[in-house]
Amino acid sequence: MKFRFFDISRKLRNSIHTSWMIACLSLVLLIPMVLTIGLAIKSFPLLAQHPLLSLLFSSNWKPLSGQFGFYPFILSSIWVTLLALLFSVPICLLTSIHLTQYAKKWVLKIMQPVIDILAGIPSVIYGVWGILVVIPFISDHVAPFLGKSSSGYSILAGSIVLSIMIIPFILNILIELFNNIPVELSEASLSLGATRWQTIKFVVLKKGLPGIISSFGLGMSRAFGETIAVLMVVGNVAKVPTGILQPGYPLPALIANNYGEMMSIPQYDAALMLSAFILFVVVLFFNAGSRLLIIRSGKHN
Amino acid sequence: MSQTEISIKNLNLSFEKQQILKNINVDIPRHKITVIMGPSGCGKTTLMRCMNRLTDLNTQAKVTGNIVIGGRDILHTNDDITEIRKMMGLLAQRPYPLPMNIFNNVAYGLRISGRKKKRFLEKRVEHYLRQVNLWEEVKDRLKDPAAALSIGQQQRLCLARGLAVDPRIILADEPTSALDPISSQLIEEKFAELKSSYTIVMVTHILRQARRIADHVVFMYMGEVIEQGPAEEFFENPKMEMTKSYLKGMFY
Repeated sequence: MKFRFFDISRKLRNSIHTSWMIACLSLVLLIPMVLTIGLAIKSFPLLAQHPLLSLLFSSNWKPLSGQFGFYPFILSSIWVTLLALLFSVPICLLTSIHLTQYAKKWVLKIMQPVIDILAGIPSVIYGVWGILVVIPFISDHVAPFLGKSSSGYSILAGSIVLSIMIIPFILNILIELFNNIPVELSEASLSLGATRWQTIKFVVLKKGLPGIISSFGLGMSRAFGETIAVLMVVGNVAKVPTGILQPGYPLPALIANNYGEMMSIPQYDAALMLSAFILFVVVLFFNAGSRLLIIRSGKHN
Repeated sequence: MSQTEISIKNLNLSFEKQQILKNINVDIPRHKITVIMGPSGCGKTTLMRCMNRLTDLNTQAKVTGNIVIGGRDILHTNDDITEIRKMMGLLAQRPYPLPMNIFNNVAYGLRISGRKKKRFLEKRVEHYLRQVNLWEEVKDRLKDPAAALSIGQQQRLCLARGLAVDPRIILADEPTSALDPISSQLIEEKFAELKSSYTIVMVTHILRQARRIADHVVFMYMGEVIEQGPAEEFFENPKMEMTKSYLKGMFY
């Protein structure tokens, strides 16, 4: 009889704690949903007056006269992201292959914390570095070399800073990926008379391909949403960029620069919300695609 | 004793400060099944990995001594390592099919050594898949990923893949430990067939398996070779006390 009360209280406590956990869990689940709905509602006033496609592909950005063309911003974002990826892909691939396949164990042991530190540096510091180093380099060396003049504040500067920022992020995924490929698989290939490089090319890279692609997908969504460092070096001119030495104005920079200011302009608020919505959807798309690829490849191998 | 295929002399291997193999002297006869036996952790797998120099992959391992195969010391040679490894087909504890389809798994070894003619590859692949009794089971789905096969089929595929580079020696590291009894039996039967044209070295800790198929036995304990000799003699009339107690099942 004595234990009965104790028993009930135990069950009760258990259910109380469980419900706390469920509450927290549903909060985490709820946030993205609420965010999506919120962004959709907030950007609706603009979408009600202009068709979506004309907003996306018009390059007229004149908020004062009610013209909101997102094309320059979308194009800037794509340019900056793709260029950053172009710079970081070979660096990440070669570094991770060297660290996991060729280097001695202690090299990886030293490099791992270095990579983690790189990943942890606040992005504003990368931005300052961009202003102090990358921009003078572009205006003094790269632009004259290409026979053009540039202030340095450009798509190129943004993508260089961005590529440095996403390298540790992608590198970490790739190192883990390559380390998870069983050594026995490489040994099988080597014992068949393959060289180290043949083994990497035909077996390691092939086995890791879905993971490699998705790591770049994740890096891309990271790059697409990165705000402050890019904003500091990219120039922020609302014009369709015609070359990589031209200034650009990516979507995150647009939002960060303008939200809270000039809110008296009609529909400006809705326009910024729409750009946030676009950003959100694109990042979500890349993330989901990459994860799907990882899951799919896990099933097959 | 018949001709010696692999002759191991004074082989020592240490990993950082720990000595794994201690002064190993072993002669492996040609066209026979040599079984390396011993409790786990005694260095039998390491000994096998020395033979095709997979120990190179471990930068901390230090190897001294000689392993002579076909008149050349493979530990001290300037010959291409890939040529040395190609003399030996490797069968691992678990099958590790390459991430490609069934056909390409067998053709892989030929392709990387530059044999790329389609007709030639088709003939060779069929030949080796028949040799391991896999052809009938997979001939209609050669383009399927090898990972889709059952684990027993995968192990036979790995054997075919190893045979396809035309080795003289087959190294098998507990090749049946992940397989069901029927698949294991298939592999054992294959080995008995193959020994007329290949020298087979097999690591196992299954005493009964060793009794079934061994022609020659090497018994190891704690990194040393305790006893070696023809299978009959070894099982019927062991010389060392340690071998006797191992055969009685006193330790594993």
